[in-house]
Amino acid sequence: MDKILTASLEWVDTRFPLTKMWNEHLAQYYAPKNFNMWYYFGSLALVLLVLQIFTGIFLAVNYKPDATMAFASVEHIMRDIDYGWLIRYMHSTGASFFFIVIYLHMFRALLYGSYKKPRELLWIIGMFIYACLMAESFLGYLLPWGQMSFWGAQVIISLFGAIPYVGEDLAVWIRGDYVIGDATLNRFFVYHVVLVPILLLALAAVHIIALHEVGSNNPDGIEIKKNKDPKTGIPLDGIPFHPYYTVKDIVGVTVFLILFCTVIFYAPEMGGYFLEHNNFFPADPMKTPEHIEPSWYFTPFYAILRAVPDKFLGVIAMGASIVVLFFLPWLDRSPVKSIRYKGWIFKMALGLFIVSFFGLAYLGMQPSTPIKTNFAQIFTTMYFAFFLLMPWYSKIDKTKPVPERVTD
Amino acid sequence: MRRLIPALILLLPTMVLASGGIELQKANNDISDKASLQVGAKLFVNYCMGCHSAKYVRFQRIGKDLGLNDDEVQENLMFTAEKIGETMTIAMNGDDANKWFGVIPPDLSVIARARGTDWLYSYLLSFYLDPSRPMGVNNLVFKDVGMPHVLWEQQGWQKPVYETITDKDGHSHEVIKSLALVDEADQEKAEQYKKDMRHLVNFLDYIGEPAKLERHSLGWKVLLFLFIFLMFALALKKEYWRDIH
Repeated sequence: MDKILTASLEWVDTRFPLTKMWNEHLAQYYAPKNFNMWYYFGSLALVLLVLQIFTGIFLAVNYKPDATMAFASVEHIMRDIDYGWLIRYMHSTGASFFFIVIYLHMFRALLYGSYKKPRELLWIIGMFIYACLMAESFLGYLLPWGQMSFWGAQVIISLFGAIPYVGEDLAVWIRGDYVIGDATLNRFFVYHVVLVPILLLALAAVHIIALHEVGSNNPDGIEIKKNKDPKTGIPLDGIPFHPYYTVKDIVGVTVFLILFCTVIFYAPEMGGYFLEHNNFFPADPMKTPEHIEPSWYFTPFYAILRAVPDKFLGVIAMGASIVVLFFLPWLDRSPVKSIRYKGWIFKMALGLFIVSFFGLAYLGMQPSTPIKTNFAQIFTTMYFAFFLLMPWYSKIDKTKPVPERVTD
Repeated sequence: MRRLIPALILLLPTMVLASGGIELQKANNDISDKASLQVGAKLFVNYCMGCHSAKYVRFQRIGKDLGLNDDEVQENLMFTAEKIGETMTIAMNGDDANKWFGVIPPDLSVIARARGTDWLYSYLLSFYLDPSRPMGVNNLVFKDVGMPHVLWEQQGWQKPVYETITDKDGHSHEVIKSLALVDEADQEKAEQYKKDMRHLVNFLDYIGEPAKLERHSLGWKVLLFLFIFLMFALALKKEYWRDIH
């Protein structure tokens, strides 16, 4: 039996680098041994990507991208299809969890300087994934064809109309019509199930290839490749990803699934945050809801948009709040990577950034009042200050010496 | 006096409702209560389905979930629909409805998910006489609603009790403080009406998401499996990581 297996593997290996790939990415990929819980979120993001694709395929089988049938087809899935409700809740809850996981994954990079040299490109690829994810969720949100689907898309697409000269034409081009309607739903469905998923899968693969080229960062921000065993050439602080991190990530995935399933089975609406109450009213172009708010994961950026009095400048500010993240590797001038060895200035700046992000997230969900707009303006200033002042404060910040080898 | 005290107690919830303006009464319904769902279903087909459809809901499914066989469903719940597999549609046409009520009565399949059960319960209890409205009634939680008080015979008419409040600018104006029964003899009826509305809201909650019954009973099994699996996963991780220092 063993002989047959070895022979088969050899047969494959001479035709496809199977063993080579297995070794490069798993069995002989050496990851730092000091990963903490922040390092679960990469593998969880991958799990979610696969989950969204599989549940999405099941949903697409029964869903109808037609303005007169979309809402009914979702209810058909929820009622008449065996376990359709389960698949649908996995997908809708998966969307929100994807953002939670990605935000924590990005925050991990912020904590330990994972975007710094030599991982600038890795970070930029990750930012493209995040941008695709935002597009994917925005497109998918139109599909249930409820009131929030319709009016949320209406608000966001009209933002393109604020661009001088080409704006209105651009908005019509995106909608495929002068108003949101069947044409919009049809094309959003195609982008949601074909175009963006292809981009996401390709970018995720590129992200992993780039990661395995430079090697993983760690909570100490030490390059483990600097301390290799002179004989074997294996990093002294590195351990093979498989089996060590595969068995560890199974624990992470299981804990994640416990939280995920608790929401799916006991709180799929999550108090109106994961599935909004207003979205159970079918889309009605004649009836504008009193209060239109985007999904919770977009609210910080929506708050930035509304904080700026001029619509076009607001759009610019909202775009800039995402674009500035791409430049993070060059904004951070600190000689150390990890927050463990950074000084109090960075820690304070990061603390203020967290406050501003949550503050904006909250304000983005609220109907705007003059006082709330003032707060949104303060938080927006804090948000941008964190990035734009970083070249200065990260340079003058007093850092601690970084040890040679990783600590526990 | 003896009669007045229970009356006051009865009115307490409506007073709370009115004083807060939008404070809703708790529906406290329980979709696992099949008897309650059956009463609710009957009320729904008898009173609501004259104008409202529930076009995503199948009679057969209701029978299955409420513990009724096909004959019982046919006999008690189906008046116009012919086949057990049909959905709860109605004969009234939208243009007519628009002429009569100024609005097409909404489909109620997922109304409980859109409005919430407390809102529905409060809405059903909060109709009051208002001669300025075409239907002669208004509603505390849905101002100027097009729907008439279909169930007035079950509840008895309510009238508003006003109070005068003074706002920040010093203007005083009258607002509705609470609702009171026009005829005190309707007390007992009104009490029964509240119970019935709880059953009706319970049914609306159930049809909003029939899978809720299933998901609650499947959920803990899945979680139990995951917890047991977690113990094995932890043991495996510990075994492998023993040699890492």
